[in-house]
Amino acid sequence: MPDQERERARQRDRNEEEVEELELADTEAEADLEELDDLLDEIDSVLEENAEEFVKNYVQKGGQ
Amino acid sequence: MALRKVIGTETEYGIAVRSDPEFNPALGSAMVVNSYPGPRVRVQWSYEEESPGRDARGFGHEGYGVSDPEGTLVNAVLANGARLYVDHAHPEYSAPEAWDPLQGALYDKAGEFVMYRAAQAATERLGGARMALYKNNSDRKGNSYGAHENYLMSRATPFGDIIRYAMTFLVTRQIFTGSGKVGSENGRPPVDFQLTQRADFFEEEVGLETTLKRPIINTRDEPHGDSSKYRRLHVIFGDANLSEVQVFLKLGTTALALAALEDGALPDPLDLADPVTAAWTVSHDMTFRQPLELDGGGTATALDLQLRYLEWLTKYVEKELDEPVWRQVLAEWESVLSDVEADPDRLSDRLDWAAKLRLFRRYADRDALGWDDPKLAALDLQYHDVDPERGLYHRLVGRKEIRRLFTDEEIARAETQPPEETRAYFRGRCVTQFPDSLVAANWDSLVFDLGEPHLRRVPMLEPLRGSRDLVGPILDEVADASELIQRLGD
Repeated sequence: MPDQERERARQRDRNEEEVEELELADTEAEADLEELDDLLDEIDSVLEENAEEFVKNYVQKGGQ
Repeated sequence: MALRKVIGTETEYGIAVRSDPEFNPALGSAMVVNSYPGPRVRVQWSYEEESPGRDARGFGHEGYGVSDPEGTLVNAVLANGARLYVDHAHPEYSAPEAWDPLQGALYDKAGEFVMYRAAQAATERLGGARMALYKNNSDRKGNSYGAHENYLMSRATPFGDIIRYAMTFLVTRQIFTGSGKVGSENGRPPVDFQLTQRADFFEEEVGLETTLKRPIINTRDEPHGDSSKYRRLHVIFGDANLSEVQVFLKLGTTALALAALEDGALPDPLDLADPVTAAWTVSHDMTFRQPLELDGGGTATALDLQLRYLEWLTKYVEKELDEPVWRQVLAEWESVLSDVEADPDRLSDRLDWAAKLRLFRRYADRDALGWDDPKLAALDLQYHDVDPERGLYHRLVGRKEIRRLFTDEEIARAETQPPEETRAYFRGRCVTQFPDSLVAANWDSLVFDLGEPHLRRVPMLEPLRGSRDLVGPILDEVADASELIQRLGD
């Protein structure tokens, strides 16, 4: 393979690698967000009734 | 060589009866303590000073009159050597004396389990309404309740040195000891979110108070041991943590810094020009880049200063304290500080503030909430609920978003088995073995009623005596408390 062509091939490989890496990172970030959203759904389901009202009335006597 | 840093934590829990805003917190706390279904003995907790000359002598009932305003029924000693009682208007768990920071963290977590079981039993008695307990330190309306740490120190270490050297460490350790809080209070500048629950409440550098004008360094001199040899450093400037790694890190780094201080291995106190301002500045700084003024000129960030301590204490461990537990402290510490520097989001698997921040940000994004939205305040509170079904910390652990150091089995075992290396062993075993004879207790003695005219007191002025090695064989052999007292006197 002439030098030029080899260089081009290497360039192409590298670009593909970079593209692949980018995709991988995106997928990870998306999976992370999906998981987080799943977690938020779970929290919605355990969040107490009248949680907002309750937290407004949550007043403690000072301690140590 | 520094004194072994025996460690104990004390935590006041937030208390509420869901659906009954009018409930009385002092009565509710008493109900929690009295409902605890695990092995325990209700005792009179004596506040009387020990007098060294009066060791094993007995004395009459009169000495234990109703001087305790909290009443005898809301004070219990548990089979793991802990104290469970009502302090102010909160249920409080004071952990048994631990031999090292890993054990200290385990028994702190066992306290949450104790509170959970007590709250469950109290809920049953309430018949309908739920008794909720929160391991946090603020109602976000200007009222704070404590999470204290205690470290055994040598009486020979000048208190002035402790003040100078510990001040900067305590202020800057907040970057990894905070449990996170939405907003600010007590007149501090407004923020969306901050690292700690407690920093807003500290107003003095040094002092005796724990409830008003709280000081960063508390001077209470109550060694709970031989006062000619020991002091107990009572650290009130810290948060109650849910994350196991975080409790371990908080206790481990602080114990290490105090040991090095005692050995003269900290080269420079790195004085802050204004520790009180620095305290809330560090807590409010989510960029970790805020410079703090140093005494004598110049500035440094909390992270810079922690990195200095890490460097010194790494050398100290190599030279003086080369045990696996301290190497584990250093490894966790180094990893946390490097993540603070590179990418604080990575800390959400180890630190409560970071776990909360990640969750709240996403929640706020999804529902387009401002940071002052009551929904975020509700999430903040529910993170600390000790009920594993409802507490958001527990939910995150269940999804493996937060790393653990202990198994559920280890924590359940620590609920009923005392540490074996300290006097907590003797105390815990006596609760299990002689519940009917034990009538009074404090940290450095137990009092038995043997059916004689006088009560018998067993002094425990040495935190490292009463260990399994020393008293295990005797406890295994004796049939009752009378025989125990006789054998101990031999």
